[in-house]
Amino acid sequence: MSIRIDQKLCLSCGRCALVCPGGLIAQDEEKKAFVKYPKDCWGCAACLKECQSGAIRYFLGADLGGKGAYMYTRDEPDFLHWFIVCNGKSHKLTINKRESNKY
Amino acid sequence: MVRKLSEIVLKPCVLKLQPEILETDILIIGGGTAGCFSALTIAENSKAKVLIAEKAHIKRSGCLAAGVNALNAYINPGETPETYVDYVKKEAAGIVREDLVLSLARKLNQVTQKLEQIGLPILKDDQGNYVARGKRSIKINGESIKPLLAQAVQNQKSVQVLNRVNIIDYIVRDQKVIGAYGFSLEKNIFYVIYAKAVICTTGGAAGLYKPNNPGFSRHKMWYSPFNTGAGYAMGIRAGAEITSLEMRFIALRCKDTIAPTGTIAQGVKARQINSYGREYVDEYQECDQVQDNIEISTVLRLYATVTEKREGRGPCYLRTQGITEDQEQELYKAYLNMAPAQTLKWFEQGRGPRSQNVEIEGTEPYIVGGHSASGYWVDGQRMTTLPGLLAAGDVAGGCPKKYVTGCLAEGEVAALAALRYIGSGSTNKDVRLEPGEIQDKLDAVNQFFRNEQGPYDLDQVEEAMQKVMDEYAGGISAGYIMNRTKLQLAAQLIEELLKISQTLSAENLHELLKIHEIIDRLYVCKVLIAHLEARKETRWLCYQHDADFPAKDDLHWRKYVNSRYENGEVKIVLRELVKRDEIYEHSD
Repeated sequence: MSIRIDQKLCLSCGRCALVCPGGLIAQDEEKKAFVKYPKDCWGCAACLKECQSGAIRYFLGADLGGKGAYMYTRDEPDFLHWFIVCNGKSHKLTINKRESNKY
Repeated sequence: MVRKLSEIVLKPCVLKLQPEILETDILIIGGGTAGCFSALTIAENSKAKVLIAEKAHIKRSGCLAAGVNALNAYINPGETPETYVDYVKKEAAGIVREDLVLSLARKLNQVTQKLEQIGLPILKDDQGNYVARGKRSIKINGESIKPLLAQAVQNQKSVQVLNRVNIIDYIVRDQKVIGAYGFSLEKNIFYVIYAKAVICTTGGAAGLYKPNNPGFSRHKMWYSPFNTGAGYAMGIRAGAEITSLEMRFIALRCKDTIAPTGTIAQGVKARQINSYGREYVDEYQECDQVQDNIEISTVLRLYATVTEKREGRGPCYLRTQGITEDQEQELYKAYLNMAPAQTLKWFEQGRGPRSQNVEIEGTEPYIVGGHSASGYWVDGQRMTTLPGLLAAGDVAGGCPKKYVTGCLAEGEVAALAALRYIGSGSTNKDVRLEPGEIQDKLDAVNQFFRNEQGPYDLDQVEEAMQKVMDEYAGGISAGYIMNRTKLQLAAQLIEELLKISQTLSAENLHELLKIHEIIDRLYVCKVLIAHLEARKETRWLCYQHDADFPAKDDLHWRKYVNSRYENGEVKIVLRELVKRDEIYEHSD
């Protein structure tokens, strides 16, 4: 369980590092974010939701059955869009933040 | 022989923390569910200055970082606070502080309304009533629950939040808690924080036992891996009385992702089946330690699954095959709102829950007072046995099945009690430490920067601790079962690891944090082992399953197992059950 950060997309805002509940994300000299302690990630996805550029990719470790798929998010005031990229195909799931779960 | 400078391995630079003294009226340690609600309550009821010390950032810290699937403690129509207490008492096989549970049950619906006011979406019917999910739960979108709580706290002018500050010990004078020591994770600062009252809301302890996924995904666990028992350990070291650590909590979860099962079980009414497709849980009803229980207890669902697997009838599943497309879509979304790894897993496999059943397993044991009864022994006001120190949420004992709303309610009770305490004149508010005392504590912390890197690093000590607990103190590989020979071995090995932990070396503030997290967990392990050894019966399957005493013994063990740490020894104290209508005060 962990995340990867695409430094080409990173805006150097530092918001992911701020919210990570484990303090696992650091910034380099150019303030680009990187995961300093990948094995300590809980998989909470707090950083994904902070990232304005979709630079953070959430993946399953091979020990959890990961085979290369990943997901990222795009946040809007009332909606949270999740993009799941799997075998070259992207699936979009949109959550209405104001709606409750059915279950 | 002259060695070149480049051949000499030196630590890059030895850090050193500098002291800084802060003062406040009420210090809250940990800005999670209970801590945030305590701060809100104080701000709305007084002008008292509040300082929250949080080792991460309150926006996403604590158990609710990813979200939560439902509010599982709510009094729906047809239920009452008293029936809630009855339920909790049955689930805990009688070892519960009914007085504490009742006081929370009476507040559950009021704190739920407050959550809705600050923006939490709760499902309602056409008449505007909350839609029941089960007898005691309601449906929400819990993804943003923590940012909403954090925002409400940050709107209060009297509350100051110190993010990225890790508290390591209480300051105790004349048996009263007058503050706490901590250090910044960003600057080289050692904090000495004085307060008229301290509320501990640090959460429970994960990472004591070898986890389900011990390798790369070692932190993909049920409970927050960043909740490392700091509150318990600080209380233990300060001599506070601790209750019921032996009532561990083990969750039944989706395999690998350790995502919740209740959303599937309650949401699409999926039954538990074994590898032969047989529904097995009902076959275990006679094993239930919970008497006269019409509902299947939480622990029985787990025990039945563990036993099926041990006897070769695994894997076990939640039978989801054949659910509708709409149901599948709703499950994808529900999991994104609280445990997104599970949705990714379904996509990664190319098959959702409609076309394959969901495999389930038991987690490693946790110590968590929001689900079991483990934690500080408190009076009715949530004052611990150390005056000036209150406890709420997962760190407070005696009151299982709090869940989110119970933690909020307890945060409120503790906050109001703290206000009464600081208004009562019984605080040690003018007492201050001598400079030498501060220096001694600071030196002890700075020593981890001065320690040379020895043969053992952080990961090795953590791995050793988790292996000991797994094999000898009833972890997953031991089928959650233990006996006295094993527990005594565990006690001895944990003692040795405590000594090694003092030799660990830190090169930066994050490593200093990790060292303290390991030391805290070792203290919790030490006291946990003593509690497990003390209860000479099997009160709860899986949670506390003792091979030396495999039956429940109501005649002798309808008691709380409590402890106090004195001069390096764990002293066990057995206490009689507190009644529902009793007003409990500390007397000895």
